[in-house]
This record gives sequence, structure tokens and C-alpha cells, in this order.
Amino acid sequence: MRIIAPVAAIGLTIVISSIMFALMGHNPVAALYAFFVEPLTSVNGVSEWLLKASPLILIGCGLAIGFRANVWNIGAEGQLIMGAIAASGVGLFYPDPESALILPLMFVAGMLGGIAWAAIPAFLRARMNTNEILVTLMLTYVATLFLSLLVHGPWRDPDGFNYPQTALLPNAAMFDVFDYSYRLNTSIFITVVAVVAMWVFTERSFFGYKMSVGGAAPLAARYAGFKESGSIWLGLLISGAVAGIAGMAEASGPLGQLSPQISPGYGFAAIIVAFIGRLNAIGIVFGGLFLSLLYLGGEAVQLSLGMPSSVTLIFQGMLLFFLLASDFLIFYRFRRVVRHRVEGQA
Amino acid sequence: MMDLFIAIVTGTVIAATPLVFAALGELVVEKSGVLNLGIEGMMLVGAAAGVWVSFAGFSMPVAILAAVVSGALASLLFGVLALTFLTNQYAAGLSLAIFGAGVSAFIGKGFGSTPVDALKPLEIPILTDIPVIGPLLFNYDPLVYLSFIMLGLISWFLYRTKAGLIVRTVGESPQSAHAIGYPVIRIRYLTIMFGGAMAGLGGAYLSLAYTPLWVENMTSGKGWISLALVVFATWRPFRVLIGAWLFGGMTILQLQGQAMGIAWPSEVLSSLPYIATIVVLVIISRNRKMLALNFPVSLAKPFRPEG
Repeated sequence: MRIIAPVAAIGLTIVISSIMFALMGHNPVAALYAFFVEPLTSVNGVSEWLLKASPLILIGCGLAIGFRANVWNIGAEGQLIMGAIAASGVGLFYPDPESALILPLMFVAGMLGGIAWAAIPAFLRARMNTNEILVTLMLTYVATLFLSLLVHGPWRDPDGFNYPQTALLPNAAMFDVFDYSYRLNTSIFITVVAVVAMWVFTERSFFGYKMSVGGAAPLAARYAGFKESGSIWLGLLISGAVAGIAGMAEASGPLGQLSPQISPGYGFAAIIVAFIGRLNAIGIVFGGLFLSLLYLGGEAVQLSLGMPSSVTLIFQGMLLFFLLASDFLIFYRFRRVVRHRVEGQA
Repeated sequence: MMDLFIAIVTGTVIAATPLVFAALGELVVEKSGVLNLGIEGMMLVGAAAGVWVSFAGFSMPVAILAAVVSGALASLLFGVLALTFLTNQYAAGLSLAIFGAGVSAFIGKGFGSTPVDALKPLEIPILTDIPVIGPLLFNYDPLVYLSFIMLGLISWFLYRTKAGLIVRTVGESPQSAHAIGYPVIRIRYLTIMFGGAMAGLGGAYLSLAYTPLWVENMTSGKGWISLALVVFATWRPFRVLIGAWLFGGMTILQLQGQAMGIAWPSEVLSSLPYIATIVVLVIISRNRKMLALNFPVSLAKPFRPEG
């Protein structure tokens, strides 16, 4: 039953998008082909597909752990940025640019950057009772501005023709690519490990179980003596850590430097990935692959049909709408409610 | 000196206006027990729709009306999910925020950065010409005055009318309201649409008056800040205004910062409203008693009428 809703949601999104394409004067079959199939017909396409799916799945796993416990980190985008900043700082300024230590240090820095940024809302929610949704989001705007400050100011590449970006990271700071013609790199193994870890944590660990109980039945969790603050800290720190790592992997992977284009909204799209994947590790892999395809398709139709890239965002929103609606249609039945009359009225 | 003072005060009031609209709308929604996180999306849709209709050659009132209607329509997407489909309101609101950003960018793709004919400040005979007081009080555009009128109306409606009492009851205990025979779901649909209309109006203020042109994601978090304002106001309408002025002031500080000789990088100044939002949220949220006083108890809990 659990997989019907995501499949229905994807199906409905495709149906509505073909109607949209038709309304915009494109042949819907051709447009759908250009959007959903053509990007995957080349080796480069598949490489890009996995390359974009990797951060989505990685962040989605972290977010899902929080969502299970009703901890709503929706600022993964900001944590990703802070991770990328911390990691790039190490990559750019480590004294020996050829040291084999750079990449592992960047990994740790990226993770800590994400954790630090997520620790603020965790502390404020656990100790000050402050809503984490708003804090994580506000911090995302702050992180974006901080990134802009760095790449326009102190970290700007002096030889970069005034573009707001840092110098290129040294080779030792980059993940190896599988083949020099394509951008897919070994950071994808981090995602694979994360998916397995997520599965073990949620399905096989006692703490993961406690967190799920806390999310599904807070009162029951309280009676059982499960502390809420533990879930808050863990939910936010894990998701912050993986978002930071994802940011690091973008800098040390496809980008090779720090720039304002560090993420095309991966942190937000990963929220949808987590939901589409039913907050479960295997589901998230499929969710990430589909959302990644939406990015590729959006880019493809932008080039081939001249559509704006915002169709990707529309499809993302639509997908989540349909998923939520399908859930209801599967788990409930509609019925008419007979309304009482207000006393004294006709 | 006087000129700077006037510029800061009027600038604050103007910068606060979109927040006042959006936050007041959300306040009514939350008072009825529904949490719509999608304000950012509805504001963007309103802003884009307003510019679109304006470019199509319609007059300013029509453009504003279009923004209001499109905001309300966008909110219906959330309403159907939250009320009819009983989905998690956080998730439904988030999807509206994402969807609205996409739809508005889609609508606005061809606008470039062509400016719109901006909403003009009123010229009230005699009053506007009074020195100091004239520019301070009587030289705003009509929507600023409308925001004050809406504040009065909403506060009167919620606390002085029977309908307002019913809305608050629905937010406190939908079960009881349903048991006495009030159509909980219908009332919530209406408040959600009202919230959407107000968010659309806030968006229109941004794109037709404040910075009269379309820029992708031009709300830059104002919808989320409005959500924080409702918490800051502890669900009391007049406190929304105080909060909005606080943030309006931050924005003006950022704009006037250079003029006043603050040599901070623009990014630091731009981040002030977001940091301030966090700070005030923390101050308010620590005080659980104050929060609980006007908090709609059934906020964000799905309600399914029984029997």
C-alpha cells in the first residue's frame, strides 16, 4: 500500500505536465520524451542523473530521520551552503595543496559546517522552545548572504575576471571522477553508505525506534521515558551533517570551487525526496532519482523547447501536492457529513 | 536631520506594509486552527499576477484585485489538502511555498526587469502639505492606509463579532464547534482563502508599489517572516503591527545604512532582518505562558467531523 501513493503522484504529475506542455503549444508526447526520457539516453545523461541524485538522496536520508521524529529541518539548503563554505575554506587555504589529507579534512569540515549551522535551531528548539522551521529557514537566508559576502569579497579569485567565485580547488581537494569525459565522481559512495546507515538506524536501532515513536505518538513516547530533546538534537544534527557533506561534495565535485551557484535548491528538493520516499531509505533512493530527473528534464526542455527552468519547481510542488492527496485517497474514504443545525436557527 | 527622520519613519511604515497584510491574513488562518506555511508562495503568486495584469494594460485596482484573487486561489490548493484530504499541514504548506515560487517564476519569465507604473502616494489637499506631519502621516499610497483599515477590521471582527468568536472557537476546539453545529471545514476554507487573499495583497504591494517590477523570488523570505510575526504577536492583531514596524525598521536601516555612515558590507545589513526574526522568536518562545495565552489550541491538527 505504501508505494501506491508515490507512484500515483508521479503518474499524476506526468499527466498534468503533459497537459501543461500541450497548453503551451508543444506536442505533449514529444515534450514528455524530451523531459523524462531523452536526458537518460546518453552515458553523459546517466552520469549527470546520478550526479544530481546523489546530494538529493544524501540530504533526503538525513531529513527523513528528523521528519520521522517530527523535527522539521527545512533549512538543509543553508546547512549545505555552510558545509560547502567550511570545506572550501580548508581546500583553498590548507598549506600544502598536494597533501592527501585535504580531501578527508574537507569532508570533516563540510560535515562540521553543516552540523554547526543545524546546531543553532537544535539548541533553540530544545532549550528555548523556538520553532525550528522558521529558524532553519531564516538561517538559510543568512547562509546565502554569507556565501555571497565571501565570494564577492575576501575569497574572490583575484584572477577570476571579477566573477563572484573563489579560485579553483587544488586537484588533491577533488573527488576522482570515474571517467574524464563525465562528471560523476566517487562521492556517490558517500551517499551509498548513508543510505545503508539510514536503513540500519531506522529499521534496526533502538534510538531510531525511539525517535519514530516520538514522532508518531509523542504522548506514548513520553510515558515510555523517551526524551524529546534527544530526538531534536539528533534529527537536526544528522540532517545538518549530511547536508554539509553534500555541500562539500558539490565543491569538491562538479563545481571545483565555491560560487553562489553551489546548489540549485537541493536542500529544498530533498524535502520532497524524503516525503516521496515515505521517509524510508529505499524509497528515498527512488525519490532522489526521480527528482534528479526533474532537474535534468527542466534543463533539457529549457534548451530544446525554450521553456523556463521554473517548470522544474512547478513539477516539484505538484509532485508533493499529489503525493499528499493520494495518501488520503488510499487511506481514507470520502463520505458525506451530516451537519447538526445550530440551535435556534432554521 | 528632519528629512532623515521622516525618511526613516515613512520608509519603515512602507516596508512593513506587505508584512502587515500577509501576517494579518495568516493570523486569521491560525486563529481558526490552521497553519499555512505557504505564505511565501502565495505572496509570490500575487506579486507576479499583479505585474502580469498590469502589463496587460489593466488599471492599478484591477491588478491589485488580480493579485488578491490569485492569492486566494493558490491558498485553495493548500485548503483542499489540509481540510479535505487531512494531510499534514506542514507538508501541505511547504508544497504550496515551493509550487508558488515555481508558478510565479513561470508567469514572470517574460517580464524581464521592465518597471511597472507604480502605485502613487495620495495627495490629500491641505493635509499632505502640512510640514513634517503631512509627509509623516498623509503621503502614503492607498494600500498603506488599507493595511491600517484591515488591522482595525480584523481585530474588530475577531474580538467584537459573533462570527469572529466562532472562528476562534473553531481554532480552539473544532469538536465543540462541530457539535454545536458550526461548519468547521467551511469556516476554515474561508479563513484560508482570506489568508491567501491577504498574502496576495502583500505580494502585490511588493511588486506594484514597493519595488514596482517583477524579480524572481522577490519576496526574499517575507512570507516566512510574516509567519514569525504571528508568533511574535502571540496571535494578537495589534502586536503584528509592532512586529512589522520592527522589521520594516530593519529593512530601512539596511537601505539607509550607508547614508548614515555604517560601513558594513551590504550582505551583513541584508541579513539583519533574518537574524532579528530569530532573536525575537527566541525571546517570545521562551515565555511559554505568554505564548499559551492566545495560542489557538488546535493549531495544525487535522480535524475530521464525526457523526
